[in-house]
Amino acid sequence: MAAVDRSGTPLVELKNIRISFGGVHAVDDVSVDLYPGEVHGLLGHNGAGKSTLIKCLSGAYKQDSGDVFVNGERATINNPRDARGYNIETIYQTLALADNLDAASNLFLGRELTTGLGLVNDAKMEAETRRIMHRLNPNFKKFKDPVSALSGGQRQSVAIARAVYFNARILIMDEPTAALGPQETQMVADLIQELKKDGLGIFLIDHDVHAVKQLCDRASVMKNGELVGTVDVDQVSEDDLLAMIILGKKPEHLAA
Amino acid sequence: MSDTTTGTSANAPKKRSLFQQLEVDTRLLGMIGAFLLICIAFSIFTDGRFLSARNIFNLTIQTVSVAIMATGMVFIIVTRHIDLSVGAILAVCSATMGMVQAQWLPQALGFGSFWIAPLTIIAGLVVGTLIGVFNGWLVGYQGIPAFIVTLGGLLVWRNVAWYITGGQTIGPLDPTFLIFGGAEGTMGVTWSWIIGIAACLAAVYALWSARRSKLAHEFPVKPVWAEVALGVIFCAAILGFVWILNAYLIPEGRLERVFEARGEVMPEGYVEGHGLPISVLILILVAVVMTLVARKTRLGRYIFATGGNPDAAELSGINTKMLTVKVFAIMGFLCGLSAVVASARLTFHTNDIGTLDELRVIAAAVIGGTALSGGIGTIYGAILGALIMQSLQSGMGMVGVDAPLQNIVVGAVLVFAVLIDILYRKRWGGK
Repeated sequence: MAAVDRSGTPLVELKNIRISFGGVHAVDDVSVDLYPGEVHGLLGHNGAGKSTLIKCLSGAYKQDSGDVFVNGERATINNPRDARGYNIETIYQTLALADNLDAASNLFLGRELTTGLGLVNDAKMEAETRRIMHRLNPNFKKFKDPVSALSGGQRQSVAIARAVYFNARILIMDEPTAALGPQETQMVADLIQELKKDGLGIFLIDHDVHAVKQLCDRASVMKNGELVGTVDVDQVSEDDLLAMIILGKKPEHLAA
Repeated sequence: MSDTTTGTSANAPKKRSLFQQLEVDTRLLGMIGAFLLICIAFSIFTDGRFLSARNIFNLTIQTVSVAIMATGMVFIIVTRHIDLSVGAILAVCSATMGMVQAQWLPQALGFGSFWIAPLTIIAGLVVGTLIGVFNGWLVGYQGIPAFIVTLGGLLVWRNVAWYITGGQTIGPLDPTFLIFGGAEGTMGVTWSWIIGIAACLAAVYALWSARRSKLAHEFPVKPVWAEVALGVIFCAAILGFVWILNAYLIPEGRLERVFEARGEVMPEGYVEGHGLPISVLILILVAVVMTLVARKTRLGRYIFATGGNPDAAELSGINTKMLTVKVFAIMGFLCGLSAVVASARLTFHTNDIGTLDELRVIAAAVIGGTALSGGIGTIYGAILGALIMQSLQSGMGMVGVDAPLQNIVVGAVLVFAVLIDILYRKRWGGK
């Protein structure tokens, strides 16, 4: 894996983010950053706060304190629409697709292509969907069916197509392979390498240490809402990562 | 394109049935089948009176008020809400319009002023829309379940209407206002044919432009014969409908009065058909606009997306709270429009106008294939549903079924329709 150039301005910086729900600190003073062409893994138990942290970036939550910087500039993200304005796209664990609509309607949901009269241009959207799906998943054929009729992998490729089509610079993936079979998982892994080459930054939230070791450049581990540490995945073993998740301690050879 | 070969080889072995080639909805066919069955059955029991031009005309104008509201109910139910207050909102709008045209405006403008009817209608539509906005605000922004908001509203608005009029029947209504009721306001034979032919041309154009747009993007299209067959069926249905409405003649006594009013004498043997009622024209306009909104606008897309997956809609940047307000506002506006038609048809405002309409409207939408779980529903389905309900009710009336039995049947049909719907979805998948 080619080393990531971290000399420039980071694509995203989350600084001292805090957010609490009813007195519980879901995220407590956490800072992480992301550089172009980098895949940054976020690891931790259920409820460790990794999804909550990243939702401050995707616009689903608003942090109580702390700042978000995009390309070195302070960003105000109050809702998902703001996040999209900063070219931040999110692929949610639950996929966030409207099951009753077809692939094209989902891909363009909230950003429909319209005709001169302001009506939605279904034919154009379907044509665009066919074009991008041909690139991402050439086997995809069910353009007319509602997405409820698609397999897990096909649904995932619709969700990814949505992010890619709108020129995301920053991609957030919440357990993108959780519901997928081995072949479909490989497809997503290949896709991540492809996007990395294009200079996108990717936050990858995952349970699976093995997947993180394979796909990511750096990994941040969270426990009980706090950041345990951020490590270069090449310098740690899977066991080191597991120890961080379970014990909440940085491996000794890296602890300064 | 490179995938044409794989596409055809994948499709070729599959045998496609006649209906699949026509690409018509099997649900729609089922509903039309049920409707025809009802018509034939009642026609037999009434020695053909049920399918006489006169009864079809009456059936049509009786359906309009519920059908207009049912189109709005489709949006409400698709977004996983319900509106139990439509009958009561209709009553408030009707009461307001009754007072405006019979008491307040005549005092200000004088009796018979041209401005009474238009101002009255505007007042009714504004009142309906405002109540809808208020309901939508309570549901969307305050998070009160729509069931509760509109259940309370059912009582509140019904009695606001009572309060406005003091419980009195208001009439006579403005003569210009009455043309929206049905029998009093029809287009006449010639204009009805003109409108019918224009509708045929529009239908053919719609088919043709849809095909052209598919071809432009190299999407598969259905065979030419199927398009032609659909066009012929549409045109036959439209022109047949116009023909029947034209065949229902205006009663001689009323024609004589019309001629007398003009200071002329009616020629011997003079006859004139009713033609398209203006209220039906309004319904058709509502149906076209609502279908366009549902299929071709962002608003419609968001309504269906929110119904399919509210979280996904929210995460896609859709303001679902505002959407709820808009959906209820549309419903309120349509209640106001229905109030125009309903009170004009009665020729006065009564205290019990629109009672139980919520049941009829919801039943029409549900029988028409709107899924209570949200995300699925069509405008034409709801209108067909309203027509089926009205046919049942007026057919039973003609046959002489007792009033309590009529209501029992109507209630049972609603429950049965939902059962059929559940079985249908189980077997053929949710679509």
